[in-house]
Amino acid sequence: MVSIRSEFTKGLWTVIPPFRLVLGLCPTLAVTTTGINGMGMGLATTFVLIFSNLFVSLLRRFIPTQVRIASFIVIIASFVVIVELVMQAYFYQLFKVLGIFIPLIVVNCIILGRAEAFASKNNPLRSLADGLGIGLGFTLSLLVLGSIRELLGAGTLLYYSATAPGFHVMWASFEPFAFMLKPPGAFVALGILLAFMNLISQIQAQKGGGR
Amino acid sequence: MGEFILLMISAILVNNILLIRFLGNCPFLGVSKSMDTATGMGMAVIFVLTLAGMITWLVHHYILVPLDLTYLRTIAFILVIATLVQFVEMVIQKTAPPLYEALGIYLPLITTNCAVLGVAIINIDEGYDLITAIFFSFASACGFALALVLMAGIRERFALVEIPKAFEGTAIGLITAGLISLAFSGFIGLV
Repeated sequence: MVSIRSEFTKGLWTVIPPFRLVLGLCPTLAVTTTGINGMGMGLATTFVLIFSNLFVSLLRRFIPTQVRIASFIVIIASFVVIVELVMQAYFYQLFKVLGIFIPLIVVNCIILGRAEAFASKNNPLRSLADGLGIGLGFTLSLLVLGSIRELLGAGTLLYYSATAPGFHVMWASFEPFAFMLKPPGAFVALGILLAFMNLISQIQAQKGGGR
Repeated sequence: MGEFILLMISAILVNNILLIRFLGNCPFLGVSKSMDTATGMGMAVIFVLTLAGMITWLVHHYILVPLDLTYLRTIAFILVIATLVQFVEMVIQKTAPPLYEALGIYLPLITTNCAVLGVAIINIDEGYDLITAIFFSFASACGFALALVLMAGIRERFALVEIPKAFEGTAIGLITAGLISLAFSGFIGLV
């Protein structure tokens, strides 16, 4: 039981993507113009990750090693198509905003990486916990990065659409920092956030070393 | 001809696939540490992307559309790309060993390069005809190679400077990418 919990929690800090596992950068950079967009992308990825991990793990004894990558991609692609159709039907606004990045979940290296490195070697329960943990870690990262960019770039939080505009949190005379919403802002914001996490780890390591 | 030149300039400079559209960022940060690997990867991407753009266009218009299976586009395209990459790898290995030496290790990485699938999907979504799709794929790949080589040129110099410890590695890479992207933003309005 303890090991299953640790498979789950490692995704939330020790190997949290895309910071510790530097994978899946394209959706991270592209869709995090608002917190909600980031979260939507994260949840879609989590769904695919959970089911691909589960099925890869269930089928791990039947998939020949030579063609495993192709088999994994077919499993992943099937769930991506499901997500694509469900989002188109029920979350059309989000579907339009995320656009090309929904089909591109197929080539998100996090998912293939977990299938190859974890699910193909572990039992279904552990793989499920791993998928859920990594997926939620990714969602959390995207939500945080999206919220920071949204807060500095537009002065709002949790903006979804014109009918659900979220909250204006900045003071009235706040001049939005439009750079943050543009592509260069995405790179810089992620870089600074990553450096910040490195700093925390260093301080933790120093404390650990002093003991 | 004029529109093709405009399309090329737009795909390479204005809507650069890496810096503005955010496709293919994993190899962008992963293999941009030295000039040699960046050039190799750039060449491999130009080669595969142009071919993949053409073949996925043909698959979409001559197989998926007549059979009314366009909702399976994602699965069909990724399988075509994975097979194509494997096939290209085998053909190059047999016919052009020196080229294989140069590109070999980058080819398998290209399957999961979202730039390839991304461009294939953009070709269809934008409703390009076959010739335009090939041009667009080629130009996008050139934009990819250009950004990758620029990035590698800058990152090679990091060896000579002192970087704050927390920024080492990917963090400074991302900020550099941001600055290159900012420079490319200057091309907006060119076309």
